[in-house]
Amino acid sequence: MATDPAAVPGTEFSPGLPVGLASDEGEAPPGIGPYQLAWRRLRRNRVALAFGGLFLLMVVLCLLAPVYAHDIAHTGPNDPHITDVIKINGKPTNVVSTLGIPIGPTWHGRFFLGADATGRDIAVRLLYGGRNSLQIGAEATLLTILLATIFGIIAGYFRGVADGLISRAFDLIWAYPVYLLGIALGVSLQVGGLDLGLFKIQGNTLILTALIIGFIYVPYVGKPVRGQVLGLREREFIDAARQQGLGSLRIMFGELLPNVASTIIVFIPLILANAVLTEAGLSFLGAGVHDPNPSWGTMITDGIKLVPGAIHLVLVPGLMLVLTVLGINVFGDGVRDALDPRAKVRIEH
Amino acid sequence: MSVASAAGASAASAPTPLLEVDHVKVYFPIKSGLLIDRTVGRVHAVDDVTLTLYEGETLGIVGESGCGKTTLIRTLIRLLAPTEGTIRFRGSDITSARRKQLTPVRQQMQMVFQDPQASLNPRKRVAQILATPLILKGVARRDVEPRVRELLKRVGLHPEHLNRFPHEFSGGQRQRIGIARALAVEPRLILLDEPVSALDVSIQAQVINLLEELQQQFGLSYLFVAHDLSVVRHVSDRIAVMYLGKVMELSRSQELYAKPHHPYTAALLSAIPIPDPRENRAREREVVGGEPPSAIDPPSGCRFHTRCPRATDICRSIEPPLTEYANGQLAACHHPLNVGADELRTASRSETSPHSAGQELPEAEPVTAS
Repeated sequence: MATDPAAVPGTEFSPGLPVGLASDEGEAPPGIGPYQLAWRRLRRNRVALAFGGLFLLMVVLCLLAPVYAHDIAHTGPNDPHITDVIKINGKPTNVVSTLGIPIGPTWHGRFFLGADATGRDIAVRLLYGGRNSLQIGAEATLLTILLATIFGIIAGYFRGVADGLISRAFDLIWAYPVYLLGIALGVSLQVGGLDLGLFKIQGNTLILTALIIGFIYVPYVGKPVRGQVLGLREREFIDAARQQGLGSLRIMFGELLPNVASTIIVFIPLILANAVLTEAGLSFLGAGVHDPNPSWGTMITDGIKLVPGAIHLVLVPGLMLVLTVLGINVFGDGVRDALDPRAKVRIEH
Repeated sequence: MSVASAAGASAASAPTPLLEVDHVKVYFPIKSGLLIDRTVGRVHAVDDVTLTLYEGETLGIVGESGCGKTTLIRTLIRLLAPTEGTIRFRGSDITSARRKQLTPVRQQMQMVFQDPQASLNPRKRVAQILATPLILKGVARRDVEPRVRELLKRVGLHPEHLNRFPHEFSGGQRQRIGIARALAVEPRLILLDEPVSALDVSIQAQVINLLEELQQQFGLSYLFVAHDLSVVRHVSDRIAVMYLGKVMELSRSQELYAKPHHPYTAALLSAIPIPDPRENRAREREVVGGEPPSAIDPPSGCRFHTRCPRATDICRSIEPPLTEYANGQLAACHHPLNVGADELRTASRSETSPHSAGQELPEAEPVTAS
């Protein structure tokens, strides 16, 4: 359906046409859609783009974790070097001193940021941990958005009993503070795993943490989606679609979904930032990722025992977390401003 | 029915009914209650309406806001389900048809909505909006785009605009897109729900001219709903005047304008402004004061008696039947205007009268019509 931009204005009009009025202007550029307009606005927002770049940098760094581990640090994320002795400036040094204090940053390939209490390379663990954190965040966000969109649209479109059931379920999840529910689910499921008959997930896996976090955030997106659909379904274009004989499924996902898509898009970075933070929080409390799997949250837990002597163990993963979440949030605000300047989308705990 | 003779000048001598509305009622329950919904009242949006639309004609429906005209039209296209009564399209009963059964009917009966802004999906390009009915109809994918271009050209839009979004068009252009969407499936009947009331007066004329051309070209029938008699007069063969969910008067448009029988029709007619201010000021107006009464608890007897200048005791107690006069004009009034004594003698009770209406036909009165 591409229009020919070279088409000479007005040539499509034969004089025999019934009505003189046609177009106000002769030119026919392809229509500018809401997303194109949003992209133009976003492109002008330098700050948002810079922070988006920061987030992207974090992602790329974390994805390169295996390369760094193999080619630069020459060690894996879970390899202890507790008894190793390395040479720093020609001087042999214990990776972990006899007092149990690990070495600080060497600023060299090996132990660039120092080691932890069991002599594992902090920099390697940081990148692997970031990979895990971002993976959990992405999976959780995907699950939240998927469930929230489907259930939000169904509740808003059908109203009545379906809405009652879905909205009460949302309320039930919403009623618990995020971390309380996360800890409860995390602790109980991490031990035994999740067993839903055909669908089994082993305990103590990354995906289980992602599922828990994704589940907790569903109502925070599902409710606004439902609210929007409730308003949109009364508009005449939905009547027009019904009048033409479109079925409920096609109306929900062909007509309504494109209209709530911008809200959903705005929620994606918001949920991602929150999911990464929640993962760190749960892991810190021991209800998320468990040792030996690295994640920024577990690294902070590990490091906190050695805080006076080796403060970098806590500072470095904390800083990574802050930079990543800051990047997502500022970029997300930019996306929100570009898509719908009037929207006040936020997550209220 | 003698109205048959009055139908559609363009249609054949024996017009065939296209859409039959038989004693249709649409009530909306008013619910209240904390846990269990109780119906505490009902809005009598459409209360026993009988109409027939013939092939090739335009039937106008006029009335104030809230008289049930939009509810009626939405019920006819089955966006709403009637509480009582039957709707037949080309002889087949569609009153309680399900979506699958309605599909062939919907290919022949389309609707143009009131608000061109709201009736087009803001997130879809014109090409997608117009392609939806075509694909539903089963048009092959590669034939869709040429057909969309043709449709745009047909309604006076630039075919190159097919990749634009609705927000890039003016109100009149959007309504043309709405009309093109209705035309896409080559229907027999288009229901027009105040298609021009959201447009500028200059644009109104263009859209109405377009509708008339399309009617001639494709032999369409229209059901034209409006609250403005001057617009309806221009396009309609026959006009039904509605008030609080009931038909007050139904006749050919020339007769309705020349000698309205119902006082409400007369009042609506006198509300049409005359372009000449002196003449406008000089004429005697049939003024109807106040607002229409509530449709939740409609007045007894004649629905119009609370505001009618001619109302008497009988109007308060007995609902007037639709009385059929010699020329086929129908009016539901105990004290009709512009009716001579011999016309009254030959008048009869129409079968289209609501079931609740009385048997009393209007009697000759000493007072001659104004």
